[in-house]
Amino acid sequence: MQIYVCIKHVPDSAANIHLLDDTRIDEKVAFLLNPYDEHAVTEAAALKKKAADSEIIAVCIGKPDAEKTIRTAMAMGADRGILVETDEACDSMTTARALHAAIVQDGSADIIFTGKESIDSEGMQTQFRIGALFGFPVVTNAAFLDVTSGKAVVTCELSGGRTRTFELALPCVVGAGRGLNTPAYPTFPDVVKARKKPIKTISLDSLSITPAGGSAKTVALAPLVQKRHPKKITGTPADQAKEIIRILQKEAKVLA
Amino acid sequence: MKKTGILIELENGRVKETSLGMITLAARTEADLHALVLDGVDDTACDILAQYGITTVVDLALASDPEIRLNPAVRADAAAQAAQKLQLDVIFGLSSADGKDFIPRVAALLDAPLVMDCLDVDLEKNIARTSQYSGKVLADIQLTGDVVIFGIRPNAVQPVPSPAQTKKITVPADNTVPADFVLVSWDDGENSSRTSLAEADIIVAGGRGLKNKDNFSLIFDCAEKMNAAVGASRVAVDEGWVSYAYQVGQTGEKVNPQVYITFGISGSIQHFAGMKTARMIIAVNKDDNAAIMANCDYQVQGDVFEILPELIRQL
Ligand SMILES: Cc1cc2nc3c(=O)[nH]c(=O)nc-3n(C[C@H](O)[C@H](O)[C@H](O)COP(=O)(O)OP(=O)(O)OC[C@H]3O[C@@H](n4cnc5c(N)ncnc54)[C@H](O)[C@@H]3O)c2cc1C
Ligand SMILES: Nc1ncnc2c1ncn2[C@@H]1O[C@H](COP(=O)(O)O)[C@@H](O)[C@H]1O
Repeated sequence: MQIYVCIKHVPDSAANIHLLDDTRIDEKVAFLLNPYDEHAVTEAAALKKKAADSEIIAVCIGKPDAEKTIRTAMAMGADRGILVETDEACDSMTTARALHAAIVQDGSADIIFTGKESIDSEGMQTQFRIGALFGFPVVTNAAFLDVTSGKAVVTCELSGGRTRTFELALPCVVGAGRGLNTPAYPTFPDVVKARKKPIKTISLDSLSITPAGGSAKTVALAPLVQKRHPKKITGTPADQAKEIIRILQKEAKVLA
Repeated sequence: MKKTGILIELENGRVKETSLGMITLAARTEADLHALVLDGVDDTACDILAQYGITTVVDLALASDPEIRLNPAVRADAAAQAAQKLQLDVIFGLSSADGKDFIPRVAALLDAPLVMDCLDVDLEKNIARTSQYSGKVLADIQLTGDVVIFGIRPNAVQPVPSPAQTKKITVPADNTVPADFVLVSWDDGENSSRTSLAEADIIVAGGRGLKNKDNFSLIFDCAEKMNAAVGASRVAVDEGWVSYAYQVGQTGEKVNPQVYITFGISGSIQHFAGMKTARMIIAVNKDDNAAIMANCDYQVQGDVFEILPELIRQL
């Protein structure tokens, strides 16, 4: 099987984000593999264990620095990498077009993994756009996957413990959720091996994608500072409980 | 005048409050407001939609068989087709649990730009405000295109009545299940009646401080008395005290309640990423120096095992 995994190079969720100006963050922070994409790579590696003649290709649209994240994906099991280089911030319509074009140029996908969302732009949509461009069925927030004889059975999580199980024909696009597996940190030998695996670097321009009819452009960024000014609730536990109830009734007006 | 289509979510046949909030948001700019209803619309629902400013109720007449009605590909196809037939300029939908597997499908089918999880939308300029970078940054994103789509965070806007004359039309869905995408089974959980996290007014959340699964049931007891939803930190989920569906945070649910009450949660960056927009935060923690105690509205220093039972008793 030819397994493609779309991975994004994103700032660490624990990093403090500072703004350079109205539309750019200061990128001098740690960047890593988007956490949901870790689940995507892990699932691809698990699939390859069952279908040994498979090849896993990690594809990333990003700046040259994103090579590090491709290496991480390789240490976790990807065999090759494709870096589509661009210095521009792409919206998801352009990103999906670039991922589609890069995959088409490279080979023929049996399954394409993505994460359910990227933790920087929180778009929640690239997987669906890739699916629409290929004409492949798409699921998101996958928590269980079984691929046998040309089809995929996938269970996806909604909230509140609700699930949906689908049967998809291959090729298909699977957006990985956190319930899908537990990513293992790569071992040192895996990291060393990853250094020798091939990465093909191409420019976004060389893909000559047809621009989308619409666009999404960031026009302003502002820090979400919600500095609250805590008031103390003191007294015995009974007093404290009583005061909480009073606040819920009288101030927040959410209790009768 | 813009033609705006609002994808309405129902619960047991009734229009959800959070859907009404979307209408109020859409009505801020002069527009011809269409309510697109997939799951059947009766007279009561029509009346409610009229009270909030809908001029046309569009019944998409989805088949009632769950294999068809619950298939997100069928739903998205119905909505996208209606958007084209009605020549909508703008589409609003909820960034709810179901919305996250539906609105982006509609956007992909229409090849139209989309912002999910909008806190606010300026329809004059088609600029949406949303949070990014795990809730650390507010971003204003401008959309261009023939149709633009906004997924609205539940509870982002409180509904305000604004009566209109309403007519009802039907734009029937195709109701064909694609051969390559079949819904084979569904599970609505044992507690489907419980208030959903994304739409709750009050959330009672527990973390490592609860120490084990048995104790965590105190959180459920308290929530039940308050008619609140239950949330959990990742630690509580990883320890197996509750399922992942309850996790609030960067890699869990993003919530926006009126009040968020925490018990034994330290307030990590990743937990805040999911709940920092709560209107009021009440934190119960034995450690005065926990991060959450510095960034809440009411801090209750104390032992959860003393305060929780008191709360449950007094409620
Ligand atoms: C990529 C990534 C994604 C993550 N995503 C999430 C996410 O979505 N959601 C999330 O929650 N976390 C997430 N985390 C984990 C996060 O970093 C924290 O580890 C986690 O939130 C801590 O959970 P906690 O507050 O329950 O536990 P702790 O940080 O251990 O805090 C427990 C608190 O309970 C208090 N306490 C203990 N006993 C009592 C008592 N008897 N009475 C009162 N108070 C008591 C303690 O003082 C302490 O403050 C993520 C981490 C990473 C790296
Ligand atoms: N620049 C990118 N390069 C590769 N994959 C991406 C990129 N942006 C998004 N994706 C994939 O699409 C998923 C959803 O992203 P998003 O729509 O931004 O939330 C991510 O988890 C990735 O798998």
